[in-house]
Amino acid sequence: MEQKTKIHAEDGKQELTITRVFDLPLDLLFKAYEDAEIVEQWMGTKVLKLENKSHGSYRFETTDHKGNKYGFNGTIHEFVPNRKIIRTFEMENTPYSVQLEFLEFEALTEETSQLTMHVVYRTAAHRDQVLKLPFAQGINMAHNRLQDIVHKLK
Amino acid sequence: MNLRRDVFQAIADPTRRAILLLVASQALTAGAIAANFDTARPTVSKHLQILTECELLKQEQNGREIYYQLNPQKMKEIADFLEPFRQLWDARFNKLESIMKKYKK
Repeated sequence: MEQKTKIHAEDGKQELTITRVFDLPLDLLFKAYEDAEIVEQWMGTKVLKLENKSHGSYRFETTDHKGNKYGFNGTIHEFVPNRKIIRTFEMENTPYSVQLEFLEFEALTEETSQLTMHVVYRTAAHRDQVLKLPFAQGINMAHNRLQDIVHKLK
Repeated sequence: MNLRRDVFQAIADPTRRAILLLVASQALTAGAIAANFDTARPTVSKHLQILTECELLKQEQNGREIYYQLNPQKMKEIADFLEPFRQLWDARFNKLESIMKKYKK
């Protein structure tokens, strides 16, 4: 089966592309990025600010199960409804540098649409670090689960 | 955990990547590997040590010689490191899709 979400990351480059085909008309796909309440639902984050306009900005905040808060923010460089969003993205209080994101929305048919996310990082090494985050977290989680089981056995 | 981090550090180095490519086709001795590089022999030895510690390379004693060969199991783990990143986005987008389908019609 073909994967709906694809990642294209060439070796040694400081960029990557994420593409996804949605079983949704273009306007509904775009609405999911435009409407703060909807963004909160699918991103699993609190939207503190979302100015959908060129030279606007946004700020999200997520809380983990321990109550720790993590902030994310960026500047919206260009905002063209149903077509594109160009913005920066930064994880606050982390060593990770800001990244530049080009989001392009296009209709494939009346009922399907595609999102292309072109993300540019400061360096190739920085891109690779960010790419490996979910991998590292997965290992951490597996490790924690293992520890939980071991503790229960004691 | 630390071990895995080391794996990524190990493959971040171009010389070490070149070594992995060399031994991918056949097991080689340290001397045969070093002959492919302009760098000093101790430097190559250091690279081999790091790759072995990360389990990317396996050592095999053959008579008086030690041969280095690729550990395919470990290499496979690295090839898959992109997959969790893809799955993260896939899960997010699946959620977006199911939420937005309610707005349809």
